[in-house]
Amino acid sequence: MFPNRAAVEGVGEAMELAEVKGRSLWADARTRFFRNRAAVVSLIMLMLVAGFALFGGAFAEYENDFVDFSLIGSNAYKGVPSVETGHYFGTDSNGRDLFARTVQGTGISLMVGVVGALVAVIVGTLYGATAGYYGGRVDGLMMRIVDVLMSIPFMFVLILMLVIFGRSIFMLFLGIGLISWLDMARIARGQTLTIKNKEFVEVAVATGVHPVKIILRHIVPNLLGIVIVYATLLVPNMIIFESFISFLGLGVQEPATSLGALINEGSRTMQFGYYWQIAYPLFFFVVTIFAFFFVGDGLRDALDPKDR
Amino acid sequence: MEPLLSVRNLSVTFDVRKPGSWPWTPPRKLHAVSEVSFDLQPGECLGIVGESGSGKSTLARAVVGTIPSSDGNIMFEGHDLANMYPKQRRVHRRDVQMIFQDPLAALNPRMTVGEIIAEPLVTHEPGTPRAEVKKRVRELMERVGLLPNLINRYPHEFSGGQCQRIGIARALILKPKLIICDEPVSALDVSVQAQVINLLMELQRDMGLSMIFIAHDLSVVKHISDRTLVLYLGRVMETAESEKLTTRPEHPYSQALIASVPIPDPVLERARPRPILEGELPSPLSPPSGCVFRTRCPKAQTSCAEVKPMLEDIGGNHLVACPFHEAEEVLAVNG
Repeated sequence: MFPNRAAVEGVGEAMELAEVKGRSLWADARTRFFRNRAAVVSLIMLMLVAGFALFGGAFAEYENDFVDFSLIGSNAYKGVPSVETGHYFGTDSNGRDLFARTVQGTGISLMVGVVGALVAVIVGTLYGATAGYYGGRVDGLMMRIVDVLMSIPFMFVLILMLVIFGRSIFMLFLGIGLISWLDMARIARGQTLTIKNKEFVEVAVATGVHPVKIILRHIVPNLLGIVIVYATLLVPNMIIFESFISFLGLGVQEPATSLGALINEGSRTMQFGYYWQIAYPLFFFVVTIFAFFFVGDGLRDALDPKDR
Repeated sequence: MEPLLSVRNLSVTFDVRKPGSWPWTPPRKLHAVSEVSFDLQPGECLGIVGESGSGKSTLARAVVGTIPSSDGNIMFEGHDLANMYPKQRRVHRRDVQMIFQDPLAALNPRMTVGEIIAEPLVTHEPGTPRAEVKKRVRELMERVGLLPNLINRYPHEFSGGQCQRIGIARALILKPKLIICDEPVSALDVSVQAQVINLLMELQRDMGLSMIFIAHDLSVVKHISDRTLVLYLGRVMETAESEKLTTRPEHPYSQALIASVPIPDPVLERARPRPILEGELPSPLSPPSGCVFRTRCPKAQTSCAEVKPMLEDIGGNHLVACPFHEAEEVLAVNG
């Protein structure tokens, strides 16, 4: 009855064979990503920027909040970028070392972006996957909550929050965390609706796997491709968002700073010839955002080869 | 002998709403399965046949419990599955496993073969040491004709037949009592079909499994199943021993179904008379009154529109739902 009896007997010996390592879809995506030159260059740029934010402080000759009073009033010729004075990027209009401040600003901007994206990935994905998996009334209720939150003009609410509860970086994180997951929840829910009708999910239900485990083991890993792409594209949006708030003067407060706050300061003095006060923060801002967009693009091509 | 599975008057209806209708307008009822009853003895294989849309898969899913039944009982070893709490129900799920039509879609693309096969085991026996899980997975892979050293591979690296073997291994790892196969070979090559069917039969015999085998290919069903049930628009038309049903069908629908199976001999094929079924399956949203088959039945009479025919035992466990049934000798379906 058994058609390939011989083959099966051969299997007995094959038990001794070494186990073959499979190529997961993640490994395939990694190969495709590293073939994309623009994405790889952007990834390296991002790492350099992150390295600058993390370790740049060690090379700074001055503290970021040290005010060099001797420079006030003579910024135009004494505060220019120079290696000799130790002000590599020059000084700001208050006589503070711009290099140290750019290091700090880049760090905070990156942190804002990454925290926003992380909240989006964790809360948004789980929320959306749960809503999509349970469907029906649960789905309706959960997604209407998202709709209601989305209809609130968040910039306005965030500005109110910062004014009422005081301007602190914690409030900024809270505000960004509150909005960032909404879009992600919608995306995750939409994807879950297609995944939950696949047969492997039905098998898991029929086998008696707990719904929480089905979401975590079968649905979320299959969502992750899209979620990662969206998250990398979300990071620069969050950085821009924070910069806008800081540009308005409501975000990060002195002596701490962010790229948006630095650009704001620089924009006020650039007409007097202090070009470096806007050029250096702007350079890091643009490089970071471009790099994130290119990496996101590369990830999308790598994780979703059909949609290219 | 007490049957392993006993289904009584099982009905499954779906609510269908017109898009854009008011929430308070009553939804239309789609009767996917109506009043189906059958028994399954331990070690027996029941075939279910019918055209597309006749409710075969819905019946299987209702028995497995992924679709809620709207009426009737499903008794499994004396426990009513339909009225169980989800938590209780999950414990019972280890005894009933399912094999699907599309072998690749039934495997999670992000998990390795080893993880896929082990999932039921890890779910129902969470304390099992990892080495033991791996050992059992490897044994089972060997049993279904897969090389055990492929345990770390991913589903997309396998062919359709191999994927179906993975599905079979996953269904068997808990040594279930009942396996429900929903068209397990329809998506496979003919040569691979034979291998998979023979594997299923061998496993069924060796492990003493009961099986419900759904197919639209009658020759396959005849080959594997002891008894066959013919469904039309969610209702049982006829049920009999497979041998009897395929050689001497009583119900006009079974006769038409069997006559439509091609014979792989052009001379015989051209020569045989065949009642050809005309028209399409009526909509299950508004099934015909009386006998649901009357709109396409060659023997239909005016009384068919009024009286709903009951399943009638004509001897030898042969049930027919047609008052005008008569045996018709048909050319044997090969297989």
